[in-house]
Amino acid sequence: MKTWKEVNPGAVILEPGSARKFKTGSWRAMRPKWIEENCIHCLLCWVYCPDMSVKVKDGKREQFDYDFCKGCGLCALECPGKKGQKAIVMEQEGN
Amino acid sequence: MSKKVGITGNEAIAQAMRIANPDVCGAYPITPATDIMQRFTSFVANCEVKTEMILTESEHSAMSACIGSSVAGGRVATASAAQGIALMWEMLFIASGLRLPIVMGVANRALSAPLNIHGDHSDGMGMRDCGWIHFYSENAQEGFDNMLMAFRIAEHMDIRLPVMVGLDGFITSHSIETMEYVDDETGRAFVGEFKAVNPLLDIKNPKSYGPLILTDMYMEYRKAHDNVMAKVPGVVLEVAAEFEKISGRKYGLFESYRLDDAEIALVVMSSAAGTTKDVIDTYRAKGVKVGLLKPRLYRPFPYEQMGEALKHCKAVAVLDRADCFGGSYGPLFADVSNALYHYAQRPIMINKIYGLGGRDYMPDQAEYTINELIQIAKDGKVKSIKEYIGVRE
Ligand code: SF4
Ligand code: SF4
Repeated sequence: MKTWKEVNPGAVILEPGSARKFKTGSWRAMRPKWIEENCIHCLLCWVYCPDMSVKVKDGKREQFDYDFCKGCGLCALECPGKKGQKAIVMEQEGN
Repeated sequence: MSKKVGITGNEAIAQAMRIANPDVCGAYPITPATDIMQRFTSFVANCEVKTEMILTESEHSAMSACIGSSVAGGRVATASAAQGIALMWEMLFIASGLRLPIVMGVANRALSAPLNIHGDHSDGMGMRDCGWIHFYSENAQEGFDNMLMAFRIAEHMDIRLPVMVGLDGFITSHSIETMEYVDDETGRAFVGEFKAVNPLLDIKNPKSYGPLILTDMYMEYRKAHDNVMAKVPGVVLEVAAEFEKISGRKYGLFESYRLDDAEIALVVMSSAAGTTKDVIDTYRAKGVKVGLLKPRLYRPFPYEQMGEALKHCKAVAVLDRADCFGGSYGPLFADVSNALYHYAQRPIMINKIYGLGGRDYMPDQAEYTINELIQIAKDGKVKSIKEYIGVRE
């Protein structure tokens, strides 16, 4: 940990992308769960997620990145799913 | 070289801003500081400065615009007073916490309610602990000089902190006085080029301002701020010495007037110091050893230097143009008392609250205070530590 003599004046962050090092997933109270069989890979969840916590590979949706997902539930709200069955549901964290 | 002019305090502040030629001014009008930005916007309109003028919808937004422009990497200045400063309060801490060299002229004014537009120090005292550097000016000349020096101090590489330069609302801001400018060329060379530190507009090197700093690091940033504050007096004196070379005018952390051999002294800030000096001269002519200390750098408060300057006195009266409700004594009294507390042998202290809401400070108020100090120096008896003067009983 830095001493007061070592901190950057004004708390400016000079290292781009360093927020990656600060894993905010531990703040989560609700956890999104992906139900793969209901997923139509529309990627709306990827569009709406404010924390870039929906991983995508080759145009296909992959697992959540729980290191940064804060459990806001936006993805679950926006998910159209398949035939009225949501592909994302929110569950109590730790259950 | 420099020329003598008859102008108002507000014009003096605006002229210093013109010389400094800020990149951006974010401002919102408020009496009695409106005039500063009004004059300055005419310099912008006439292309006498290169400033981008941002006219915002409130003072909170004005200071926010200043903060944004300052982190973007520009020289930034503004002006305000009273309720405007009260509305800016949240952003004042952000400006200082981000270590931004913003310069603000303040025509010090009373706070509402009751609504009052005239001069007192309530607004400046309200922003006392916001982490800014504060100067108070006796007249238009000091307003101009302090404002010019403020850019150098704020932008000094060892400091990088916002600076406010106060002068008394209406009494100084709107009265015409004789003063002397520093000519443009000399003034511009003195203020120098602005050097940005970690500007956001340096897009090849991305950075971010205003991160969340929690229990593990917050104290380290506060300690660093306290540490940089401690360096301010040295830089203020360094800049003053350079300013003396171009102007012939000498400035210290405070002004001592007939204080060295004084047995009793008054501490009074801004315009009332002038009246007090006149009264002191008449008492000196009668053989009374009375002197004056006029604070100039108010934050950081030069405790040690002020203690040394006053400790030999038998009795000291501190005159406050603001009150701390429920804090018992005026803010300046509390600071001066702190400066003297550590001495085993120290003056007896009294506090007078005067001039609130622009109430005239007359020579008889200085006489009344000096007479009381003479009596205290003689018999050590204090009738009351704090008293409102110039108020109907
Ligand atoms: S929004 Fe729902 S259906 Fe669309 S990709 Fe995401 S999880 Fe699959
Ligand atoms: S819960 Fe919120 S943060 Fe987590 S993946 Fe869904 S949208 Fe992103």
